[in-house]
Parts: sequence; C-alpha cells; structure tokens
Amino acid sequence: MAYSEKVIDHYNNPRNVGTLNKDSKFVGTGLVGAPECGDVMRLQIEVSEDNVITDAKFKTFGCGSAIASSSLATEWLKGKTIDEALTIDNMDIVEELALPPVKIHCSVLAEDAIKSAINDYRVKNGLEAIVLEKSHH
Amino acid sequence: MKQPIYLDNNATTPLDPRVLEAMLPYFTEKFGNAASRNHAFGWVAEEGVDYAREQVAKLIGCTEKEVIFTSGATEADNLAIKGVFEMYKEKGNHIITAVTEHKAVLDTCKHLEKNGARVTYLGVKEDGLVDLAELEAAMTPETILVSIMYGNNEIGVIQPVKEISAIAHKYGALFMTDATQAVGKIPVDVNADGIDLMAFSAHKMYGPKGVGALYVRRKNPRVKVTSQMDGGGHERGMRSGTLNVPGIVGLGKACELCRLEMESEAIRLSGLRDRLESTLNQMEESYVNGNVEHRLPHVANISFKYVEGEGLMMAMSDLAVSSGSACTSASLEPSYVLKSLGLSDDLAHSSIRYGLGRFTTEEDIDHAIEITQKAVNHLRELSPLWEMFKEGIDLSKIEWAEH
Repeated sequence: MAYSEKVIDHYNNPRNVGTLNKDSKFVGTGLVGAPECGDVMRLQIEVSEDNVITDAKFKTFGCGSAIASSSLATEWLKGKTIDEALTIDNMDIVEELALPPVKIHCSVLAEDAIKSAINDYRVKNGLEAIVLEKSHH
Repeated sequence: MKQPIYLDNNATTPLDPRVLEAMLPYFTEKFGNAASRNHAFGWVAEEGVDYAREQVAKLIGCTEKEVIFTSGATEADNLAIKGVFEMYKEKGNHIITAVTEHKAVLDTCKHLEKNGARVTYLGVKEDGLVDLAELEAAMTPETILVSIMYGNNEIGVIQPVKEISAIAHKYGALFMTDATQAVGKIPVDVNADGIDLMAFSAHKMYGPKGVGALYVRRKNPRVKVTSQMDGGGHERGMRSGTLNVPGIVGLGKACELCRLEMESEAIRLSGLRDRLESTLNQMEESYVNGNVEHRLPHVANISFKYVEGEGLMMAMSDLAVSSGSACTSASLEPSYVLKSLGLSDDLAHSSIRYGLGRFTTEEDIDHAIEITQKAVNHLRELSPLWEMFKEGIDLSKIEWAEH
C-alpha cells in the first residue's frame, strides 16, 4: 500500500516527539492502544492557566499512519484551548493525511489519545473527566 | 548499488536471465501446443516440456513420469490434498497437518472439513518444529495423509521430513510436503526423504511466476489423486489444461541451475545470512525467531522489540523485506506462524523477515544491516514502549485499553 505524501512527511519528520513531565499538574498524559494490537500512542499536553495548550508531545509505537496521526495531532493541539481541542475529530485526521480505510483506526486512536490526555489534565486539576463516547475500532 | 535492496526472496525471486533465455523461443517460434500430436509445432513444444520434466526430476530424484506440471505450488497443494482425500476416502477421512503450514494447505484442509474430512492441526514447538511424538499420537487407522511443509516460509525452519514420513508410512498413510521454499535451496530427494507427494513452484527458485509442479509417487506405493481440473486429460489425467510451455521450460531451467549451483550457493547465502543475523542480534532487545540449527540457508526472522514491524519497514524504504505485523483494521492479528511458536503478539508485531537470494551481494547485506540499525534506533526514539522499558517499567503490568 502506498502512503500519502503527508503521511510520509510526518513519518520522516515527526513533529513534537518527546516527553513532558507527567507529574506536573499542567501536563495531561494520554496513553492509548496496546502492544498486542501493534499500536500504542502516548500524547501529552501542557496547559496554561487560561486553558490554552502551550505544548504537545508524542511518542508512538505503530505503523507509519499511527505515527503520522499522532504527529499531526500534536501540531493541531498547540495553541488551541481545551474546548477547541475536544472538537478535533478523527475524520479530520483521516482527511488531512488521506488515510485509506484500513488505517482509519490510527486516527481513532489519535482522537482517543487527545481526549485521554485532556481528561488526565482535568482530573489532576480537580475537574470531572469528560465522558467519552466509546469509540469503535 | 541497486536501490532498494531486495531481501524478500521468500515472497518471490527475480527471474534468472539464463532462465529467461531458455524460455524466450517458446513464446515465439516454438509456440506450439505440446498436445498437438500431428505436426512439428506440437512436437517441438512437447520436446521442450519433456526436457524440462527431466530437469525437474533430476533435481528432486524422481522419474519424469512422476512430475505433474501445475500453475504453481498453491494449485499443487490443492491437487495433492483434495486429490488424495477423494481418491482414498474408502480408506479413511483423517488428515494431519500443522498450524504453521502455508494457507494453501491450511485453507484446503478447512475446505475438506466441510466435505467430511477430519483434520488434525498439530502445534509446533517453540523452535517451530513439529513434535514427532505428538504426530505419532495423532495417527489413526483412518489417517490417509500427513501434510507437513519442508521449510517454513516465514522462519525458514526445516521439518524433520524423513522422520515424519516414516511415522506416516508406519501407519499406512501417505506423506505430502509443501516444499516451495526448500526445493532448489537445499538437497531434496523424494526417495531418501520418503515423500509421496510434493508441491513446489518456479518463482521461488529464479524461475517464472505461474508455474509449478506436483510430484506424485508412482512406485512403492503408487499414489493416485483425483483431478481437480477437468478437461483434455493432460498430465496423465491429473491436471487438464494446455501446458504452459514457456513457463515449464523456465521451471526446468531453474531446477537445473539450482541443482548445479545449490551447494556453493547455500554456503554463500548462509554465510551472508549469519552475518546479517548475528550483527542485528547484537542490538538490544532483538530476538531471532525459529530453530537456528535446522533451517534454510537464506532466511532470517528477527523481532526488534518495542518497534512495530510495519512502521519499521516504512523507515527502511531502501530495503524490501516483510513483517509479521499486519496493522490493518481488517486484520490486527500478527503472523499466525510466529504466534504458534509461542511468541507474544507484541514480538510478532515487531518481526522482520529477511529472505536472501542468488542476487544478494555482500554489499547488500552490509547496507541492510546499516539501514535496519538506523531505522530501529530511530523508531525506538519514537516509541513510548522503549522509553518505558528504559525506565524499568514492566509493560506486562500495565492495563492497556482495549483496542
């Protein structure tokens, strides 16, 4: 299967690879997927006092599309408010990266990772976790 | 150097130019139908086929009359297993095979299960080899066929075919082997090995795609299979259809070249393979899959833990290899062969198969080592699992989200 140019670009030059201090109360961490399934994404956000995402980092174990999806997600997250970040839909990622149907689950995982990171941040800061609709893989 | 480097010779091999040269006249001036008995065009084509049959027979130690040309190993597997099942159903309905077989064998057996066959799928030991005691325990008076592959396509392990055939014969069953990866690569002798039926293919040994053969024993015992393709009664009535003369000529030439060059080639390839494997195995958390003693000279299967195979292949775009990972929503399941060795799913997802071949050079191997090391290191930098491993976190204790 041929990858789209955008997937290859993110894969070759992944944006925002790295690790934020998961113990900081300004940092939310989402770890989704499972090694047995061949995909694990860890996405972290750093949030300012006024609810703006000032930094985002990822590390991903997975195929090229999974790496590209998480790389793209970190790019999109930076500068967004938490509320704006929650509106990122996996289909936006599919469209931007031109993912084929068999790789849609990679975008779903990225969306899950965003929401899971936001929830981690919320819970840390005494807010209720947002109930996520169970995504179907 | 040629880029990308081709190290997927278990999937297919390039056609040897000498094979092509032998085939070419049979596309043009020697185009006749080998079944045309009444003119020179037919005779010339038939001569080409007869000569090829000799070349094939010589490689595997049988007589010409025991070679049935097919469209490839998949067809030969189907013909052998379905043909034996139908021919010997008076005697019994039990077939024994192994879980690491190629789909051409497994799915044929599954098909027969719907038609009243009882099939035993033997597991394999951690090294990929069949447990002979387990095989013997599975034999029954109704067992008509034992079908165990010669060399495995994913990990290259060579099954103890002599011992397996002896057990099959002891209980009055026939022994069939899918030898697609072995014929032409290592010495295969149907008499020494006690083989009754054997499937193999031209394109795995530098011949053309779309042609293969089934060996069917004619003496001690005389084996019969019902045809699976009805028509003009070609190939002793076992496989109808106009013979693919250029393909058959190519298969013959490929067999001849393998017979002449196998010995030195096996030494050369296992040397290159060992260098590739031992260097890559020095990397942290890398694991060689399958028995390393009993195996084909040209295959290495290595898992690089904490890196996903498909992602890894993408990072090695200058290297054509294959992976036990299948990261698609249709099939998240990694290689069933690796899993049957008891490998965990994550190690199976992290596996890369290197298949060396006649045209693989030393330079290719050095380059392949470099590309792999660089890619594995790069992807581990991106891997949260690698980071956790380095921090000493036990990944098996983490509750992973269902996915």
